[in-house]
Amino acid sequence: MSLSREEMAANVARDIPDGAYVNLGIGQPTTVADYLRPGSGVILHTENGMLGMGPPATGHEIDPDLTNAGKQPVTELPGASYFHHADSFAMMRGGHLDVCVMGAFQVSVTGDLANWSTGAPDAIPAVGGAMDLAIGAKQVFVMMTLFAKDGRPKLVPECTYPLTGRGCVSRVYTDVATFAIGAEGVRVVETFGISVEELISSLCIPLVSSPEI
Amino acid sequence: MTAVIMAAAEAVSVVKDGDTVLVGGFGMAGMPVELIDALIEHGAGDLTIVSNNAGNGDTGLAALLAAGRVRKVVCSFPRQSDSWVFDGLYRAGKIELEVVPQGNLAERMRAAGAGIGAFFSPTGVGTPLAEGKESRVIDGREYVLEYPIRGDVALIRAHVADRMGNLVYRKTARNFGPVMATAAAVTIAQVSRIVDIGALDPEAVVTPAIFVNRLVAVSAPAASSAPTAPAASSAPTAPAASSAPADRQEPA
Repeated sequence: MSLSREEMAANVARDIPDGAYVNLGIGQPTTVADYLRPGSGVILHTENGMLGMGPPATGHEIDPDLTNAGKQPVTELPGASYFHHADSFAMMRGGHLDVCVMGAFQVSVTGDLANWSTGAPDAIPAVGGAMDLAIGAKQVFVMMTLFAKDGRPKLVPECTYPLTGRGCVSRVYTDVATFAIGAEGVRVVETFGISVEELISSLCIPLVSSPEI
Repeated sequence: MTAVIMAAAEAVSVVKDGDTVLVGGFGMAGMPVELIDALIEHGAGDLTIVSNNAGNGDTGLAALLAAGRVRKVVCSFPRQSDSWVFDGLYRAGKIELEVVPQGNLAERMRAAGAGIGAFFSPTGVGTPLAEGKESRVIDGREYVLEYPIRGDVALIRAHVADRMGNLVYRKTARNFGPVMATAAAVTIAQVSRIVDIGALDPEAVVTPAIFVNRLVAVSAPAASSAPTAPAASSAPTAPAASSAPADRQEPA
C-alpha cells in the first residue's frame, strides 16, 4: 500500500533529530509538526521571524501579529524568540538551521530542487524563502508524491522545471518510497507497496538499494 | 535629530513621484495600512514599491496598487490567494515585477542600511533569478553578486515608540521593519503608542532612534489587534507612559 499524506508526514517527523532547529514549508510540510514526538525538543523556525513556534492559534488565541510563513495565525511556546528578516535568513544561509522540509515539483539524482515555478508563461513568478532555505539548511528534506498527476516521475535525471537550488536535497519522502541522496547517488531507504525492481523500471534513474530491502 | 511626531498625512507628504518606497509587513502582519492610506490620499505616483508581498485583499498595499500609483513592485512572493489586485495589473501589463528571494530581499536592504556596496550570496545560484548576475567561487562554493536596495522612504509599523524614535515591535509583525528602517533616506514608523523618553527599556529597543525620522501614532491599526492599553504581558515598555493622540504635533 502506498502511504497517505499523514503517513508521509510521520515518516519525515521520525527522521528529524531530537532538539533540531527545523523549518517546515508552507502546505503539506506544515503537517509534519503534528507527528513530532512529544518531548523531542524540536524547535520550529518560521522565516517571518520566530523560533519556538507553537501550534495553530484558535479562537481567542488568534492574533494578526503572530503568524507563520503561510500567514496562518499560530501560537508561541515558552522559550520562543522573535527577530527581523535579515536575522531570520542569516539563520538559514549561515548554516544554523538543522533541517528544512519542503514540497517539490521535481528533485534530480544530484539533489537539485525545483519547487517554485513550472515555467508556465502565464504564471506569476513567486519564490518566497524557498531558495534561501534550499541552500541554507544543513539538511533539506523533500516531501512529495513520487509521480505527478500525469504519471511522470518527479525524481528525475535532471530537473526540467526552473531550479530552486542546486545539489541541496538530502532526503526525499514519497508515498511509495523514501530515498537518500548523497555522494553514492540515490539510495532507496524504504519502499511502501512497491518493489525495488518496480521502482527501477518506473524511474529513469540509477538506484542503489539499502541492504535491508 | 530625533524623530518628529506627525499626523499620517504630513508624514507621507515627503514621498515624491517616482520614489522608491519600502513598505514593511509580511502579509498584513506589520503592514502600515494607515500610512499607505495617507500615501494614497497624498497622491504621489510612478512609485517603485519594495515589500515582501504585492498586496492582500483590497486594503493597504493592494489599495495603493489599485489606485494606479505603482510602476514597479520588488518582492519575493506576489502570488497569493488574495492578491487579485496585483494579478490583474500584472496580467494586463500595467505593472513591472522584480522577484527577489526573500533572504536576498532582506539582505539587500540590510546592505543599503549598513553601507555595503554589494555582497556575494549563495541564494539563487544556478536558478533563473541569478541569470545575468556576476558570480564568484569562494572557498569552493559559488555565490551571486547582489546589490543594495535603497529606499527614498520607508513606511513601517512598529508597536511602541518613545519620543526619541526608539522602536519596539510586536511578535512576527517585526519582520522587515527593522531592516527597512535602516535602508531609506526617510523612515516613517506607524506605532500604536508613543511613550515618554525613558519609558522604553534601552535593552529592549529593537530599532534605535537614529534610523527613525517620523512617528505617526495610530491607536487601533487596521492590521493588528495589538492591545493599546499597557498590558502586563507585553512588557518592553516599563511604566505606563503617556500616549500621544494621532494628530499630536511636536516641534522638531
